[in-house]
Amino acid sequence: MKRTGAQILVEALKLEGVETLFCYPGGAVLNLADALYGSEINQILVRHEQAAVHAADGYARSTGRVGVCLVTSGPGATNTVTGIATACMDSIPLVIFSGQVNTALIGNDAFQEADIVGITRPCTKHSYLVRDVKDMPRIIKEAFFIAKTGRPGPVLVDIPKDVSAASCDFKYPEKVFVRGYQPNYHGHPGQIKRAMKLIASSKKPVLYTGGGIISSNAAKDLLGLAERLSIPVVSTLMGLGGFPGNHELFLGMLGMHGTYAANMAISTCDLIIAVGARFDDRATGKVDEFAPHAKVIHIDIDPTSISKNIKVDIPIVGDARNVLKGMVQIADDEKAAFDSYLREVREWIEQVETWKRDYPVGYIPDGTLKPQYVIERIYALTKGKAIIATEVGQNQMWTAQFYKFLQPRQILTSGGLGTMGYGFPAGLGAQAAYRDSLVVDIAGDGSIQMNIQELATAVQYNLPVKVVILNNGCLGMVRQWQELFYDKRYAISKLECMPNFVKLAEAYGAVGFEVEHESEVDRVLKKAFTNGRPTLIDVHVNPEEMVYPMVPAGASLRDMMLV
Amino acid sequence: MRHTISVLVENEFGVLARVAGLFSGRGFNIESLCVAETLEPEVSAMTIVTTGSDAILEQILKQLNKLVNVIKVTDFQGAEYVSREMVLVKVSATEKTREEVLRMVEIFRGRIVDVSPRSYVVEITGNEEKVKAFLALVRPLGVKELVRTGTVAILRGEKVMSAKVKESKGGKDGNDVL
Repeated sequence: MKRTGAQILVEALKLEGVETLFCYPGGAVLNLADALYGSEINQILVRHEQAAVHAADGYARSTGRVGVCLVTSGPGATNTVTGIATACMDSIPLVIFSGQVNTALIGNDAFQEADIVGITRPCTKHSYLVRDVKDMPRIIKEAFFIAKTGRPGPVLVDIPKDVSAASCDFKYPEKVFVRGYQPNYHGHPGQIKRAMKLIASSKKPVLYTGGGIISSNAAKDLLGLAERLSIPVVSTLMGLGGFPGNHELFLGMLGMHGTYAANMAISTCDLIIAVGARFDDRATGKVDEFAPHAKVIHIDIDPTSISKNIKVDIPIVGDARNVLKGMVQIADDEKAAFDSYLREVREWIEQVETWKRDYPVGYIPDGTLKPQYVIERIYALTKGKAIIATEVGQNQMWTAQFYKFLQPRQILTSGGLGTMGYGFPAGLGAQAAYRDSLVVDIAGDGSIQMNIQELATAVQYNLPVKVVILNNGCLGMVRQWQELFYDKRYAISKLECMPNFVKLAEAYGAVGFEVEHESEVDRVLKKAFTNGRPTLIDVHVNPEEMVYPMVPAGASLRDMMLV
Repeated sequence: MRHTISVLVENEFGVLARVAGLFSGRGFNIESLCVAETLEPEVSAMTIVTTGSDAILEQILKQLNKLVNVIKVTDFQGAEYVSREMVLVKVSATEKTREEVLRMVEIFRGRIVDVSPRSYVVEITGNEEKVKAFLALVRPLGVKELVRTGTVAILRGEKVMSAKVKESKGGKDGNDVL
């Protein structure tokens, strides 16, 4: 039976198990929109295309499934670029369908034409321009396959209007074969054995874990390895939740705003077992002085991540879960080989526990309303079980420090690109997937204004995300650097005109609260968390507060400013 | 260090842009680049000459492998291979230099492909050293213009760079790419 390109897309989405689509239509996707009319796929109309991508991204991070969005050509497509780059940096599986002008007009500077495949080439995992309706089924199948396998990432599919109108016989392929794309899932057994030998001969090992633990669903196996061999765990921002934040072996986040214990452990350890992390500059500090005494085992599915920033002694290309399973197996099968290791590692565990006890992350209560306190209360009131989105800057770092993430896929944060305006739409995406879960966006007064229009989306689809604005009247992280490194010259970082957030929320039909004193925090949060409606909470925090510990840019991880 | 790399890619639109973008986006250097169809019409071969430290070369090879449209990457470094480049040189041919140019062309087994009252166009094919040596000799005689194809290269012996790779690009067990 013949189907149009638009009908093929809708059929294919159903066959891929897509339940929710984040969209913003326009002229070039009218055929596609029409084919969606009345279909069982949930369609969420956002208020800006950037938010469509962030929402799909939040959906993907929280569920582990591919996030999907649909936008029109030209400006619709260019508005997605920040969202796509955000997902690409953090290896999030997305498929973005964009409309394109008629094939005959491509290259003609036609109305609402943009070379979106060209524009997004450096920030997608792969991209397609569909030039013939007959290619639609194969391309859609490949797009989903490429997005979710290997190191996941965003794939863009650009569909000209005449292609979505044209028709052909539809048969969705059952298998995919892309000869140039064969990701390697199984770590080399010899390398895994060598790695286990190196662990057995180490005295001060550290597991350094990143987003790869989350994307490969390796949390259980990581816990298994860490517990069997008593290896302390430090995590990147992207890895939070991959290891229980309240576990005794967990030292917290490392890097620029990492904990004292995590940074000291990395700086003094004799072995790093890096799993699904990529030694990003925010994590390593000055590369030459990073882990000076350590040998490095690096497990990653992406060979380009290995030996990019740090020299690696034992590289293992493979899926984190498979490799960790293999390691746990060896630890179980050859228990005797680890006897002396387990005796000697005790001293190291005592050392890291001392650091953890003596220098916990904290703040000085002085009667003012501290942002860290607000996050501690969110943690306590949600019992560590909420899905937490963050914006970018101080709010993000405090969340990483003060909310103990217990489960994978619990934190939605733009780690690599550091995209302000990410958190709220990402939270909406997660809420669309988990209607009954509590989703909280911990925001700054700067970031929230970058996608505040999505309040309308939240209200239209009753996505009851709770936005907690840590309002300090300025771009806090910029201000912090200006205070520390630019002689307190607060250039262009004060937000002197601030909307009345309560009224703004109410204008959209959402609920607004304002908090000015510590004593009101619990009462308002409780009210917000149980009202079942999209809610914005404007918390006036102490504007002077800074994120500590801090390793200045380019300094060694040992050089922490503690307060 | 200078490396000659062969890259087998899907013969599709946009693939060259992906490869070129990879180099420009990461600050890698392309000295020359040559692309055309292979025995299989759906596959193109690119020969890229690039320079960089060992660490940079490792990144270049891995990043190329990571592109979905790239089927196979071969670094000729350390392998037995033949490389050739063709150069067209417009040399001034005055009464004084005519004979000398002809002699050079003969010695280097080149060809004169165009003659005018004041110039020759010379075609020279060879490896890098040969081309360099020829240019050094004719330059003093007056080179007006120069165009080069960039290097193409192929392995010596029976071994071929086949696009028929079904195993993982990272090698069967993923370690030999490193």
